[in-house]
Parts: sequence; structure tokens; C-alpha cells
Amino acid sequence: MSGYVEMARVLRNEQIGADVWIMDLYAPKQAAEAEVGQFCNVRVTGGTAPLLRRPISYAGFDKIEGTITLLYRVVGTGTDMMTHLKEGDTLDCLGPLGSRFEMTDNMLLVGGGVGIAPMLCIASKLNEIEDTTRYTNEEDETVIKPVAAKKATVVLGFRNESETFWADLFKAYDVPVYVTTDDGSVGTKGFPTAIMPELIQSERGEIARQLTPFLHGEAAGEHSVGAEAAATAENVVAAESESSEKVASIGFTSVLTCGPTPMMKGVAKVASEFSVPCQVSLEERMGCGTGGCLGCGCDGRGGKRYKVCKDGPVFAAEEVFFNE
Amino acid sequence: MSNTSDTKMHANHGADANLHGEKDYQTMDHSKDLNGKKPSYKDLAVEFCGIKMKNPIVAASGTFGFGFEYADYLDLSNEVGAISVKGLTPTPRNGNPGTRIAETPSGVLNCIGLENPGAEAFVRDILPELKQYDVPILANISAADVEGYAFMAKTLSVPGIAGLEVNISCPNVKNGGMAFGVCAESAAAVCKTVRENTNLPVIMKLSPNVTDIVEIATAVKEAGADGLCLINTLLGMAIDIKTRRPVLGNLYGGLSGPAVKPVALRLVHQVAQAIDLPIMGMGGIMTGTDAIEFMLAGADIVSVGTATMVDPCAIGNIAREMHEYCEASGLNHVSEVVGALEPYRF
Repeated sequence: MSGYVEMARVLRNEQIGADVWIMDLYAPKQAAEAEVGQFCNVRVTGGTAPLLRRPISYAGFDKIEGTITLLYRVVGTGTDMMTHLKEGDTLDCLGPLGSRFEMTDNMLLVGGGVGIAPMLCIASKLNEIEDTTRYTNEEDETVIKPVAAKKATVVLGFRNESETFWADLFKAYDVPVYVTTDDGSVGTKGFPTAIMPELIQSERGEIARQLTPFLHGEAAGEHSVGAEAAATAENVVAAESESSEKVASIGFTSVLTCGPTPMMKGVAKVASEFSVPCQVSLEERMGCGTGGCLGCGCDGRGGKRYKVCKDGPVFAAEEVFFNE
Repeated sequence: MSNTSDTKMHANHGADANLHGEKDYQTMDHSKDLNGKKPSYKDLAVEFCGIKMKNPIVAASGTFGFGFEYADYLDLSNEVGAISVKGLTPTPRNGNPGTRIAETPSGVLNCIGLENPGAEAFVRDILPELKQYDVPILANISAADVEGYAFMAKTLSVPGIAGLEVNISCPNVKNGGMAFGVCAESAAAVCKTVRENTNLPVIMKLSPNVTDIVEIATAVKEAGADGLCLINTLLGMAIDIKTRRPVLGNLYGGLSGPAVKPVALRLVHQVAQAIDLPIMGMGGIMTGTDAIEFMLAGADIVSVGTATMVDPCAIGNIAREMHEYCEASGLNHVSEVVGALEPYRF
């Protein structure tokens, strides 16, 4: 599918971390058609420097309000220019572009760094019952059967405790959030792959879950950081064991991941070891974002060639990580 | 995907400008919802090497896929003069490994390396799809040797192809490509071979990476070329000082975009002054103004590439701007400006 070029109006542009910003924009055409995992390609200036657009995943969208949300890290002049935008300014956004994540009933969402953005988007859509199944009954009436709300568990990997804002973004949603940090200052030391086996096995009811989530999910706004959170952590465990009883025999039906490529390769490997289908969102330099320049070509399984911008960015892990 | 480093997905390629102080090239009214057709302008319709075009803008090879990628953004039958498809070779190619795109000041470096499914697969699988659009298709052809160019000319001389754009100037392939285009003898040899193997118009796409482009242009004219296309990209390089490594997997790449426009204008002017052959001028055209500049310098038609990477609706906007220029200037037809450059006034 193709996107729309929209002069989107900035509704909010706030710094939430040392080099991370969140922006809400009024872009009704793309908001109406956006799906989780898709991106928009942002042109930060009408001039020629910087020349190319910047691809940024939707961290959220609201079809009714006509808004999109972008999480971006300031990594160069282009994103630095974005930080200067104020409410009421316009930004040229081309979207929605690319492929989507296929949501399943019970997902393990693994995000690293700014790759957390599409995971946030998925978390925001768990209870949206827009996915409907229509069928005709014996009385020849059209029946719309709502699809049950989906369930997700989130694992976030970031550098250290100065980046807990990533996890805080999930407070609004009913999802437990587990954290790993490079230095162990919050959550488990290491990468998300370090805790995936326990989460997967405990979700199947094969082992008891020992890990304490950073955010519990239903108790929005509560952290399990520090001594004062000890009571909360107990509540969390109780709530967790209740919910895991319900799905004990099923476990996660998919692992969805976005982040640095080495992290995603590790995530896909663990998912594969436990036979859980895995979808990855590739990061790649893009020229046009619309399938015209082949700047983001990548190898697919069986000698196939993909364009990350058009065939991706979301792929089944085995389609693009096939020779690991 | 995630913006984890400069110029990667979601990231930001370094450059300098401010958000509000620059000339604004973009226009507001461009989105895909064109259920109706877009207008084609009578004052822009041209004929180039016998190919009838609704406007003088060719979608440049390598920036427009095979065309239908842009069918939701442009009315291909009315807004685009012709489409030069992604460069084709005798056998399928995956292109170059590693990073293939880098942004530079007001420009783009690429080293795609002619990724394409091969000439025969194009004719069999892709060309039939393109026939639904009323727009001339130019086959951009490359090969590693002269025999390969003969094969390409024969394979692509089929209904549905309006002309051959012979690429002797690709800077990103080890064998062939630019090597043919930097030497008058080999450029002429390729042109002669293609000429002998097709009845279609033969348009030679010239490299700017030469000492004397007029010498090359003269040689291909004598070898039977019907028209010229210039310029292909300028050979360039980008370096990352943090890693002390080249940015591009292929070390060097071809530079395009507004950064090359002055060089391209000069080369088009030099060739137009010296050679009597139709010229397709290109190199950094982003606006109708840019296109008119090329025509004043001597280009009969123009080609737009990098602008499409920035705005998928660019070609339609540029056509409209050229039409508006004609109206504002009291011209009956855009061709009145071709080669109409006046001498500098002291």
C-alpha cells in the first residue's frame, strides 16, 4: 500500500529523556489507515538540507482523533531540527508506509532503545475491537463477532536507570513490563534475551515465574523500584499467577521485536528455540521509503530479495535471519 | 525498525539548515487520493527521438522502481512524460552488499549496484503490468561486455518499450558500466552494437566522470545514437570519522541531487553547444525552475530522479510548475525555451 503526503500539524513535542522526544501530530489520512509496525517518512525541511526523509515508526495513532504519535531519538541534524517544532507548526509526513506486525492473542513484545516505539503502539491497541469477524447466520442476518482483547507482556532493554522513561510510557496500558539494562541498575542486567526463556516457560506454566516486573500493568503508575515498592511487587506476583493460570497451557503465541539488529537476532533465536513464531522490524538506511530506489534491499530466505521499506520493515524472523 | 544511528531507519542524516528560514520547495496539495485523473498540459507535450510524451519529464532510472510503485502518488498516464525503468542487465543482480545509500549536503550518494531481476524476467513478468498505463517506457540497459549490450538490445526491443536508454555510466558496478562511458572508443562500440540490434530510439546515457564529455558525445553520435541523456551520477565518497570507515559498502558511490545541479547544467550546455542531437538533461532537478534552467541550457527534455526520493509526487508538481512558468511568461509551448539562453549581459 502507499502512503499520503500530509502537512501534519504538531499538537505536542516534548522531551522525555536525555535525547528522546515524543511528538503528537494531526495527520488524519494516515491515522485512519495506519497499522501497528508501520512508519511514516518525515521531511524535516522544505529545503534541500537535510535532503532525505527520516523514517520513524508510529508509537501510536488514533483513528478517531486523526492523530499519530512519533517517538524519536536525536541522532543527527534532522531529528535535532524536529525538536524545535512547536505546537501549531507543520511537519511533512508521508505515511503510512511498510508492512505491519500481525498481532496474536498473547504476545511477548521485546523492544530495545527507540525500537520500543512500535511495541508501545501494539500495547495501545490490545483492547481495540476493530478487528471483527462477520458471518451470516441461519436467519440470514449479518452477525459481527467481536474479537477478544489481546494480551501482551513487554520486555524492554535499555542502557541504565536514567532511561526508565521508556518503561513509564507503558503505564497507560494493561501490560506487565520487564526491564533489562546494560549495567543492571534497573531490572535484570543484560539484554532482553537473558529473561526471555523464563518468561516463555512460565507463561506456559512449565516453571514458576521468579522475575519481578518493573511495571505490573493494571496498577498504572506504580513502580517496583526501591523498598517502598516491595508491597506492590507482591501484588504483581499474585496478579501474574492468576493471569498465567488462564493461559497456562498456551503460552505466548508470538514474539514481536524491534530494536538493534544484534538484539533482534538474539530474540529471534530464543523464540525459535522455544518454537514461538517471531516477527522482527528491521532497521535499515532508506532512500525513498516508497520502493523506488532499492537503497534498503536485503536478502530473504531462498534467494529472495526484499525492500525493507515496502516488503518490510516487519518480517517473519526466519525470512530475513536465515543464516545465523 | 528504530532510529539508533544517523542515517539508519528512523534516524537522521546529518546536515545543516533551519526549519523555518529556507526557501520552501514543497507544495501542499499532493496526496495519493486521486481517483480522478490529473491534467496533462498541452503546452508541455513534446516528442523526443520520435517518442511522444505528455510532458518533458522522464522519471529517472533507479529512482522510480518499475513505475507502478508510484501509481498511487502520480497519475502515470498524464503526469509523467516517460518512465525509465530500473537499470536492467542480462542476468539477475542482487546489487552491492552493505550500506547502499548515504545522505550528503543537498545530495545523495548511492551504490545500489544495478539490483534487478534480469532483462528476460522484466519482459516476461513486469512489462505486461506496465501496459495498463499510457506512458512511454524506456528500458535502461547495462552489460559487462559489448556482446551483453547486443543481447540487451535484442531482448528489450519488444512491444511496450518506446526506447533504449543505454547506460554506459553506472559508477557502481565493477565490470562494464562506467568503464564504457569514459572512453570514446568503447562508448562508440557499445552504441554501434545497440544500434545494430534494435529499431528503437537509442539514447546514450553519459557519465560526467570524464575529461571531455563532448568527445564522448561526438563518438556516440557518429556511432548512430538518436539522443543523449546526461548526466549520470558523479563519483563520490562519504567517510564516518567515528569508525574511520567509508559509509558505503562499495567505498564509492554516485552523487545525485541538488548538489550536482551546477555541474550538470554546465555539461548539458557544453554538449548542446557542440552536438546536434536531442538531449535529456538531468542532475538535481527539484522544481519547475530547475527544469527550465536545463532547457535554457539546451536540454530538449529533462529527467527527475532524486526529487522523487524526497517527494513521491515531485514529477507532477514539477510539471505543473513548468506549465505555470509558460503561462506566466507568455509562452505557447515549453519548447520555446530550449537552448534559449542569452549571453551574459555586462
